[in-house]
Amino acid sequence: MSIRRHPLLIPALILLMLIAALGSVTLGAVPLSPARILAVLTGGGDDVARAILIDLRLPRMLLGLIVGAMLGLSGAALQGYLRNPLAEPSVLGASNAAALGAVCALYFGLAQMHPLALPALAITTSLIGIGALFLLAGPAESPLTLILAGIAIATLSGAGISLSLNLSPNPFAAMEIMSWLMGSLENRAYSHVWIALPCVAVGAALLIADGRTLDALTLGEDGAQALGIDLRRARLRLMLGVAIGVGGAVAVSGAIGFVGLIVPHLVRPLTDRSPSAILLPSMLGGAVLLTLADIGVRLIPTSSELKLGVLTALLGVPVFLIHLMRERRLW
Amino acid sequence: MVTIRAQGLSVRLGRHPAVNGIDLYLEPGQLVGIIGPNGAGKSTLIRAMLGLIKRENGSVLIDGTDSAHMTRRAMARRIAYLPQGQTLHWPLAVERLVALGRMPHLGPLSRLSVEDEALIDAALARADALHLKGRVATELSGGERARVLLARALAVGAPALIADEPLAALDPGHQIDVMDLLKAEAQAGSLVVTVLHDLGMAARYCDRLVLMDRGSLVADGAALDVLTEASLASVYGISARIDASGKWPLILPMGRVKS
Repeated sequence: MSIRRHPLLIPALILLMLIAALGSVTLGAVPLSPARILAVLTGGGDDVARAILIDLRLPRMLLGLIVGAMLGLSGAALQGYLRNPLAEPSVLGASNAAALGAVCALYFGLAQMHPLALPALAITTSLIGIGALFLLAGPAESPLTLILAGIAIATLSGAGISLSLNLSPNPFAAMEIMSWLMGSLENRAYSHVWIALPCVAVGAALLIADGRTLDALTLGEDGAQALGIDLRRARLRLMLGVAIGVGGAVAVSGAIGFVGLIVPHLVRPLTDRSPSAILLPSMLGGAVLLTLADIGVRLIPTSSELKLGVLTALLGVPVFLIHLMRERRLW
Repeated sequence: MVTIRAQGLSVRLGRHPAVNGIDLYLEPGQLVGIIGPNGAGKSTLIRAMLGLIKRENGSVLIDGTDSAHMTRRAMARRIAYLPQGQTLHWPLAVERLVALGRMPHLGPLSRLSVEDEALIDAALARADALHLKGRVATELSGGERARVLLARALAVGAPALIADEPLAALDPGHQIDVMDLLKAEAQAGSLVVTVLHDLGMAARYCDRLVLMDRGSLVADGAALDVLTEASLASVYGISARIDASGKWPLILPMGRVKS
């Protein structure tokens, strides 16, 4: 078992992120020749290639990086805070709660009234979801109560999303429900980037600053407090960080599951395994994973484009299975 | 040097009164043993003194300052705490785990200094765990783990140490090592408070014993004044042979007494 961070971990993740970003711009449903792409990148190029690259693929690539980074980071922070390797924004219901807020803003016309209504509502409902989670799970925060509370919140929010879409005059309700519950980065524009980016920046700053608190929690709540940690404030920062960041991310992408679960598990063996050491790698890794998954849904030949959450769920289930096998001592 | 004074301290756990109006003054340079049967409120008393649990009544003064007006960080620098049956939630390296003890002294974004590293090594050495430095804490034996966790508490470098049942899971040799270590800390001027179940160890090592029963303090003083046949019968419900003739008192529990 490694006890030190692999020296190449961060450079490798940054390199992977650049490769994924480049792939996200160059690969897609419409094949563009390298010459045409290069022409656009150097400032020339034809109008079609320019529209595809600059107006469609570039915002999509940026959103993949931003949303993925937030999901990876919040998974790592929640796992550290709750001392539970299964914690993650979508498992704990925070993502679905944020999606419910976004859906309400969109389908009851609030988003048209003010551009800030959508992210504000997503953040608020996400905060309510996390607050309810901490209340329901209680101070013991055992894995079982936590997962049960998370399921309750996720299910309730999912039902709320289905209900509000059912009641809306939108004839494509079923498709819309799917896209909010499974997440997608299809047809996103720069306006979406401007919603997500500030929220994710604030949320990530709140989470990444608290690494030391998470480390102290390795010794449990009493142990951390006896080391001088003010847990009430730390909990507030964590809740706000996750709610603002995930709220802003989900407001543009829908609830994409499992990224926050998979990434910390992948990077943890390459670090000293302390909760603070996986924060930054999880953020970079989340950006890489979601961008790659987004390239995947574009390239996998299906009649209509796959939802992003479908692919991440396929990747997430093995992590649960490995845990199950470890619990049952089959591994 | 640090003094802790509890005044009329009461704690309720749910509806159950766990600690009942306890007055206690703890001075530096002493090894104080807190003893009493299971559920007597020993751990609750400690946690209340550390401000880890809500007090119903009373106050705790640390160096004469009401602890309600102290920050957690200031408390953490004055008193190191080793919780009972510490669980470790992540498989950290021993070095990393013991380094957590330096946390109350670190600035918001600063890293461990050379001085911190030296203190970490010194703490590991004092707990006879320096050779475990490169191991993973969750893969150690019970005894090794207990010593590493003790090193974590020592690494704080606080003038007071409160250890809740530090002897649990230790073999007799390591029990003696830990008690020797706590005694040495006290003799070097620290205040050391420890919850113990082994009455023999308590009588042999502690300068002062505090006997608790059902949330109240029932006796406080030197070992042979606190551990009498009468007090053992009424508090623990046991008969015991007490031999005060040797270098240190021997306490040997013999059997249950009917109450």
